[in-house]
Amino acid sequence: MPESAARLSGSGLTLAYDQRVVAEDLDVTIPDESFTVIIGPNACGKSTLLRALARMLRPRAGAVHLDGSVITSLPSKEVARRLGLLPQTSIVPDGITVADLVARGRYPHQRLMRQWSRADEAAVAEAMRATDVAELAERIVDELSGGQRQRVWLAMALAQETPILLLDEPTTFLDISHQIEVLDLCADLHEAGRTMVAVLHDLNQACRYATHLVVMRAGRIVAEGEPSAIVTPELVERVFDLRCEIIADPQTGTPLVIPEARRRAAAPAVLAEGP
Amino acid sequence: MTLSPSPGSPGRPRRAVRLGPWSVRPAPRALSVCLGLVVVGFVVAVLAISTGEFTVPVPDVLHALFGQGTPVAELIVGKLRAPRVVTGLLVGAAFGMSGAIFQSLTRNPLGSPDFIGFTAGASTGGILAVVSGGTALHVAGGALAGCVATALLVYGLAFRRGVQGYRLVLVGIGANALLVAVNSYLLTRANINDAATAGAWLTGSLSGRGWDHAIPVGVAVAVLLPVCAYVSRPMRMIEMGDDAARAMGIGVERVRAAAVVAGVLLCGVATAAAGPVVFVALAAPQLARRLARSPGVTMTASALTGAVLLTGADLAGQRLFAPVQLPVGVLTAAIGGVYLALLLRKDRH
Repeated sequence: MPESAARLSGSGLTLAYDQRVVAEDLDVTIPDESFTVIIGPNACGKSTLLRALARMLRPRAGAVHLDGSVITSLPSKEVARRLGLLPQTSIVPDGITVADLVARGRYPHQRLMRQWSRADEAAVAEAMRATDVAELAERIVDELSGGQRQRVWLAMALAQETPILLLDEPTTFLDISHQIEVLDLCADLHEAGRTMVAVLHDLNQACRYATHLVVMRAGRIVAEGEPSAIVTPELVERVFDLRCEIIADPQTGTPLVIPEARRRAAAPAVLAEGP
Repeated sequence: MTLSPSPGSPGRPRRAVRLGPWSVRPAPRALSVCLGLVVVGFVVAVLAISTGEFTVPVPDVLHALFGQGTPVAELIVGKLRAPRVVTGLLVGAAFGMSGAIFQSLTRNPLGSPDFIGFTAGASTGGILAVVSGGTALHVAGGALAGCVATALLVYGLAFRRGVQGYRLVLVGIGANALLVAVNSYLLTRANINDAATAGAWLTGSLSGRGWDHAIPVGVAVAVLLPVCAYVSRPMRMIEMGDDAARAMGIGVERVRAAAVVAGVLLCGVATAAAGPVVFVALAAPQLARRLARSPGVTMTASALTGAVLLTGADLAGQRLFAPVQLPVGVLTAAIGGVYLALLLRKDRH
């Protein structure tokens, strides 16, 4: 792989947990200012790849590069000022308020004797405004709904003010309206100039929001590119073992995957048809 | 959506204090609680020094403390009572910080050193020193060594691709049960005098503590305090999960290692000085958290609460049933037990 000009890329990555190798010789480039979505079936290595890009997992071979340097060679706090991560699960500290949790996102910018500069204050206020949690500021995070809580975590990641933000399954555990709410917010952040990288489960949501799609199966990247250019029935069948039809999303024109029905219903209006 | 203040929500917003390039943003509630604890600790300490078989009036105590007292007052204050109180304050603070560290690392109140075997291991070391006819210094050394050895053992057994909190607690509870059995065995095998000496030490007591006890704890606390200050902020981030902390640029393994070393040494040194006083390491951080209404475990408030708790319990033990003197461990166990029951009752709602 040629030395790419992109800020974040991985080359020759072999990713493994102990003895279990998840992916071998993986090359990936995150286009600058893209909204990249990594997608694939369960256990295909998509979260592992994201964790490697976020330096949570040290590759057994190969390296992740950030701005031309091997990411593990950079000081950890320095990386944290350029690249943020919203992990799949985080633990809410007991009794913490929204404002205090969001403020924790400023950690990489602070020092023991500089714990709360004006820049910190401004970044937290802006992060809470962007995620629409400002009016929850004095509420206890434990008492919020799942959707609100995810917005608060996003606000914390935003307060970190990194040009690149990685999100590990940000919509899991949320109902459909909150999923859309979080994805719309990600799209806003992308439009504001951030490079966003997310692992998602829902192929249709991925097609709708991604500007760059990375499709994985069994530890390999099977296809990457703009969703409308790469998502075909053949690709979906090859990756997900699912026969489907693809139509244009009536709202956005992006590919919409319609799984093939197990039994083609003669009268589609009959909903209560039992097995 | 209502904006009613939720229970436990801090009423006042936090304001930053800035001076040139420096800035801090103390939580007002935590700050006032810490100041309050300092005042209470000072009052308890002065009371403990002033009262007893021979009452030294408070002004004389203050004069003696600052080196201007009568010879009698200086003897009682400087040689007899002050070292005991100082030892109590330091041991309490050390237990409080040690408890805060392990409760934070395991993300579990039951991760306290008195539950995961460290205190029991220190007891084993202490008893071994007693039955082999060691001096007080040997007992202290045995306790410290026992604590460190147990910590190494528990960590070794709990280690699997890093140490997870719940695994550490489970392994620690197992080790604790084992060591308690070993301690009982050692006591049944010991001769009657040794058993009595060891028994008194095992309850945890400050009686007869002199400067030779206070100074080692003081040195240990002075050395480990900066370590605790250094790890306390990153540890609060680690409470949110290892990935969340790493994403913030925290060297999770390094912070954890420093915290463990500090926590084990504090627990060991405290046990060496006062015996395995129970419940302070468990209760102090939990009490401090609730008093300060702070999210997660707080180091400073835990240290101060531990110091107040232990000196307060020691004062009560000396005066409550005077002339009968109760060892401080009896009082902390009683207070701690009641407190734990209340805590569990409250958490049910």
